[in-house]
Amino acid sequence: MIEGMMMGINTAFSGYNILMVMMGCFAGTIIGMLPGLGPMSAIALMIPITYGFDPASAMILMAGVYYGAIFGGSTSSILINAPGVAGTVSSSFDGYPMSQQGHAGKALAIAAYASFSGGTIAALFLLVAAPQLAKVSLSFQSADYFALMCVGLLSIAAFASKGQFLKAMIMTALGLALSTVGQDSLSDITRFAFGNINLMDGISFVLLVMATFAMSEAFMIIFKKMDINFKSSDVSKASLGSIKLSKEEVKEMVPTIGRTSVLGFFVGVLPGAGATIASFLAWGFERSIASAKDKLKFGKGSVKGLAAPETANNAACTGSFVPLLTLGIPGSGTTAVMLGALLSFGVQPGPRLYVEQPELFWAVIISMYIGNVVLLVLNLPLIPYIARILAIPKNILVPLVLFFSVTGVYLISFNSFDIYFMAIVALISLVLRVLNYPMPPLILGFILGGMLEKNLRRAVLINDGSFSFIWERPISLSLFIIAILIVLLQVYQGFKKEKE
Amino acid sequence: MKKMFIKLISFLFMIGALSSSAIAIEKLHFVVPGGAGGGWDGCARGTGEALVKSGLLESASFENMSGGGGGKALSWMIKTMPENTVMVQSTPIVLRSISRHSGYVSDSAASGVLSYKDVTPIAGIIGDYGALAVAADSPFKTFQDVVDAYNANPKSVKMAGGSTRGSMDHLIGALAFQSAGANPNDVVYIPYDGGGAALAGLLSGEGQILSTGFSEALAAGDQVRILGITANERSADAPSVPTLKEQGYDAYFVNWRGFFGPPNMNAADRYEIAKMLGDMQSTPEWEVVRKRNAYVNIYNPGFDFMGFLEKQTEEMTDLMKQLGVI
Repeated sequence: MIEGMMMGINTAFSGYNILMVMMGCFAGTIIGMLPGLGPMSAIALMIPITYGFDPASAMILMAGVYYGAIFGGSTSSILINAPGVAGTVSSSFDGYPMSQQGHAGKALAIAAYASFSGGTIAALFLLVAAPQLAKVSLSFQSADYFALMCVGLLSIAAFASKGQFLKAMIMTALGLALSTVGQDSLSDITRFAFGNINLMDGISFVLLVMATFAMSEAFMIIFKKMDINFKSSDVSKASLGSIKLSKEEVKEMVPTIGRTSVLGFFVGVLPGAGATIASFLAWGFERSIASAKDKLKFGKGSVKGLAAPETANNAACTGSFVPLLTLGIPGSGTTAVMLGALLSFGVQPGPRLYVEQPELFWAVIISMYIGNVVLLVLNLPLIPYIARILAIPKNILVPLVLFFSVTGVYLISFNSFDIYFMAIVALISLVLRVLNYPMPPLILGFILGGMLEKNLRRAVLINDGSFSFIWERPISLSLFIIAILIVLLQVYQGFKKEKE
Repeated sequence: MKKMFIKLISFLFMIGALSSSAIAIEKLHFVVPGGAGGGWDGCARGTGEALVKSGLLESASFENMSGGGGGKALSWMIKTMPENTVMVQSTPIVLRSISRHSGYVSDSAASGVLSYKDVTPIAGIIGDYGALAVAADSPFKTFQDVVDAYNANPKSVKMAGGSTRGSMDHLIGALAFQSAGANPNDVVYIPYDGGGAALAGLLSGEGQILSTGFSEALAAGDQVRILGITANERSADAPSVPTLKEQGYDAYFVNWRGFFGPPNMNAADRYEIAKMLGDMQSTPEWEVVRKRNAYVNIYNPGFDFMGFLEKQTEEMTDLMKQLGVI
């Protein structure tokens, strides 16, 4: 383990890879700041760029982009109350009032310190937990994987925002359905290709992500006629104020950071949960335990109210790497995109990664520390300048996003069919988004769908055609019980609401 | 008799090639039937790189044409008959035309399915033998132990492999069991996504035996014990690993990768490209590519390559019929 760690440190601290983290953080911050473009689009846009990179460098770049995008998202939440990502919506609750009171600089600093601490503490947990989990995961059999994926798929829907349960389930089902197109990987039979040779190898994952996120977001910006320019001119004019924090403010922040980083990490580890849920939970949790006097401040520019979601969302991002690296199962839409990227580099994350490519495994974990430091050192002082990015007119922004997404998809397959197909998917997802259907469950359903089916069929095959593995294997049984509880909880809450 | 006939033909073909004053091929276009970053892609780009760097070729260009499990590129080669163009392919071209994979089914071919016969086989350049392995702590020490356990209870030995039923990984194991007198269709085969996942399945205890490529089995190191490989002789890289043949099981299988030209490729070009690929294998530039990808050189040009493909088709058709996958 020590040897692998040293190799990882060597890899992560090579000049080239430090440059990668810096570029990733920087690019992520910029993309994450743009309204609507979150970590998923940011990482998806990186896939074609990193093609041909060494997998460790590419992964390090993407981890940097991930952090950067979350941080960038909070910047736009705080400055213009337009969260770039769902994960930073709760940062605007207290961050925006704070900047309205003329303390924008301070709010950004709190966000940066909280993100840094959350990310660093969670990376420590990851350092301890991941190798242990990697060892345990070696005993995971197909039946257990199947059970775990059921938990993941059900919980992403269960954790969806209010009234979205059904919509999230529908999108998950749609994702599962899309994953069945193409060659059945257990028996070599082509399914749902409708005789079209371009569909026989299945739908490209990168295409789906680019179309549902980057491309449809660009369309959304056109259709919504959202005047970014107006809002961003505010940003450049308004003075950000000092970025220094007083001693009292630091004192107020520290216990909150301690609590919410633990909370965030564990929420992130759960499959299906993620930064969004973690940040909402953290904000609510801090509010509920605050003194009566402090409670009133929440929503009006409370230091705790800003530090809590910022800590939790970064901690959750780190936590979501645990199932990805140790089991090869993405816990969130973003890590699903990352899994897709890793597979395209020929890296199969899972129990074997820790043993076979320790330098990659550790390099990613260690680069998370570096990423956090870079965010604090590089991004914080640069924020007033980076914030100007919000002033990019949309007639430049939209074509740029479209250009990168189209060329990105084409450069992987060199098949012009993919471009037409992508445009169709983007249009369909535009309609779905206007109707308020969430996209991340679709992506997670798509990537988990294939795995879910294969593991189930394998488990049945191993068990000589019987389904008894569901109750015979202790790991599977406990996971299925969790899955049932998740559904029951939803049903119960639904009943409770109806009574009221 | 057949072999002699093939040799005679290839001799005549060589004379013909030498006597015609062929213009040297300077540029080659490589068609890759799969996406960027895959196995075919690495082989084509590696070959192009070695050819250009060693000065055997002036320039190489590449084109990815994925779709239909390689069927799209194959039918494109047949329809457009491009000049100075070669397509990389491997064992799946044989298997998929036998199994009538939907990407290979075509009305234009007489038999209704496209195969290597519809293009011009130039040469096989690299290959990998199959291997059967068990977990390091497995009670099975030799392939005979596995066969004994199978004979006692066919369901007690489950075979993990990195791809679908009817794929190479399945056929390697099935071939071994067939050579031991078992009905290969009774062996439970558990398909995984790739060799890595299959190895994880073996180590988690849900499979008892792993059927995979030799290089992949070697990469797993001391976590597995390789019970036998499908080569005729032991490998120079790992002389301690026994062959199945020396244990009395006549199972030979090689997963090759090679190049094909358009159907109308003339004999001179075909000979020249085959020779170029052969010459390449002794260059240090190729050695770099070979080492990087852990390839094993198995050079098999011209009519020998055709004969090999014909034989592989026959053997695999028989085996796949037995397995009930066709």
